Amino acid sequence: MELKTVLEKYPKKPDCLIELLLEYQNGKATRHLEEDELKMVAEYLSLPESHVFSVVSFYSLLSMVPRGRHIIQICHDVPCYVSDDFNVRHTLESMLDIGIGETTEDGLFTLEHSSCLGCCDQSPVIRIDEQIYGNLNRNKLKAIMSQYRSEDHA
Amino acid sequence: MLEKRLVTERIGKIRPESITDYVDSGGYEALKKALKKTRIEVLEEIEDSRLRGRGGAGFPVAVKMMAMAKESQTPKYIVCNADEGEPGNFKDRYLMENDPHHILEGMLIAAYATMAGKGYIYIRGEYSKSLKMMRQAISEAEKKGFAGKSIFGKDFDFTFEIRSGAGSYVCGEEFSLLESIEGKPGHTRVKPPFPTEQGLFGYPTLINNIETFSTLPVIMEMSGKAYAKLGTKSSTGTKLISLSGNVKNKGVYEVPYGLPIRTVIEAFGGGVPEGRKIKMVQLGGACGPIIPEYMLDMIIDFERFEEFESKVGAGAIIVIDDRFDIFDILKHTAEFFSHESCGKCTPCREGNTHLKNIIDKFHRYEAREEDMNLLENLARVMHQTSLCGLGQTAPTAVISTLHYFRSAYLERIEKSFLEEGHDAKYQNQQSRA
Repeated sequence: MELKTVLEKYPKKPDCLIELLLEYQNGKATRHLEEDELKMVAEYLSLPESHVFSVVSFYSLLSMVPRGRHIIQICHDVPCYVSDDFNVRHTLESMLDIGIGETTEDGLFTLEHSSCLGCCDQSPVIRIDEQIYGNLNRNKLKAIMSQYRSEDHA
Repeated sequence: MLEKRLVTERIGKIRPESITDYVDSGGYEALKKALKKTRIEVLEEIEDSRLRGRGGAGFPVAVKMMAMAKESQTPKYIVCNADEGEPGNFKDRYLMENDPHHILEGMLIAAYATMAGKGYIYIRGEYSKSLKMMRQAISEAEKKGFAGKSIFGKDFDFTFEIRSGAGSYVCGEEFSLLESIEGKPGHTRVKPPFPTEQGLFGYPTLINNIETFSTLPVIMEMSGKAYAKLGTKSSTGTKLISLSGNVKNKGVYEVPYGLPIRTVIEAFGGGVPEGRKIKMVQLGGACGPIIPEYMLDMIIDFERFEEFESKVGAGAIIVIDDRFDIFDILKHTAEFFSHESCGKCTPCREGNTHLKNIIDKFHRYEAREEDMNLLENLARVMHQTSLCGLGQTAPTAVISTLHYFRSAYLERIEKSFLEEGHDAKYQNQQSRA
């Protein structure tokens, strides 16, 4: 969706900033916000550009770096850490051949670290886009990843 | 019958997305009952229950509500804190996904008693399903006339709005959360004034956790006095426990206050898998104390928990078995806080980085005695001087382990620099100094 279309959905109130940025960013293929776009948002809400930038840099779910079509978030807080028998992070890093914060060459996946995802009853857990995958083991993780790959090539 | 299902009574029996199921099982009856009473009577009922906030700080709910009711400035806001980011806690997600109307009903009761006209529910951005469930519940409630104008034909109007978080742990702190709703970075404010005086957009605001709001309909139905008979003297009623880590059955369990931690781990959790032993348990989440196995007979109770110089009460129990080293756990906790500190006040921003660096030294077998002294001082300063709950409780795990696992620290210092290379490095540093 174009930025203009998203902006028009919101009243010109400063408290709409975060909701608006999230909606626009998550609708973009690259899942990131660009400098020019932030300037447009600032103008629309009559906010200083510095304020809009400070918000984007503060929140983990907002990004100014282009990301892959699917964002994989790995939880590494204590409940997941103590239930992780096979090292989810290293497994994903070697499967995708990228590190945390990087995107695969084909632009399909970005690996991110996340603070606790609040699904400790299913630990170890990852989140891909809006979907939670829990009770992971090596085979399950492989199956999930190949499912995403085949869907995207279909 | 160790479990006592009051707040979670309907869960599993109704389809959470169906308002019909909720109403057919007696839903919105508590609100109806409240609306037949005067506002003062509702407040007195809550005072009788001696309910304390379920988000972690445990502040008496009636005191907060009465302060809000007294404010004459309008508009007044009700804010529901659904920014459940504390590692090891997942009970708020459980309530939102399984019984969303119960939360709305609780907020409506609070709004009626305090004369508020609008409610915000701030849900963390990672909780996609909760966001969807709550949005749907609000639209159903509006259609059925439980939200909007003249609710139950009374002179009582109330509207709901959902706000999504964007990935920030500190936004679970009340002032940071209000800043975030206002579209700003989640930097906390100096208090007083408290939110009931100057909260959201500068107006009186009542802010409570999801579980607290979900408890209000229960109190209206059974009466405050009956509710106060459950639990212990300092902690009335029931608590939702998020049980995780090395146990067979992880999950959310509702229990009366006063139950020993060990009972929760054994009776509900089914103990530790594969016959391993419990080494330590972290209570409340990353901000909570780490206690050894021999302390597990301690009961779940506000007064007992306060002995750790930390307000622990969100109800997480993270069980850690004997395969893990305390410095592994402390390293994860320290990394978490140095990432999540908002950066506004110095003791928290700088303190958490230093804390992480010192814990790293212990983790890498490079710690000396002075590191332990430094750690103790640093933890105290952070606890006493940080502006908000994040910085004040970030060193709790360190403070508690320095107390209960002191020998582990001493042993680590003794073993440090003993490996090949380390010794020479140490000698070098000594001669240079």
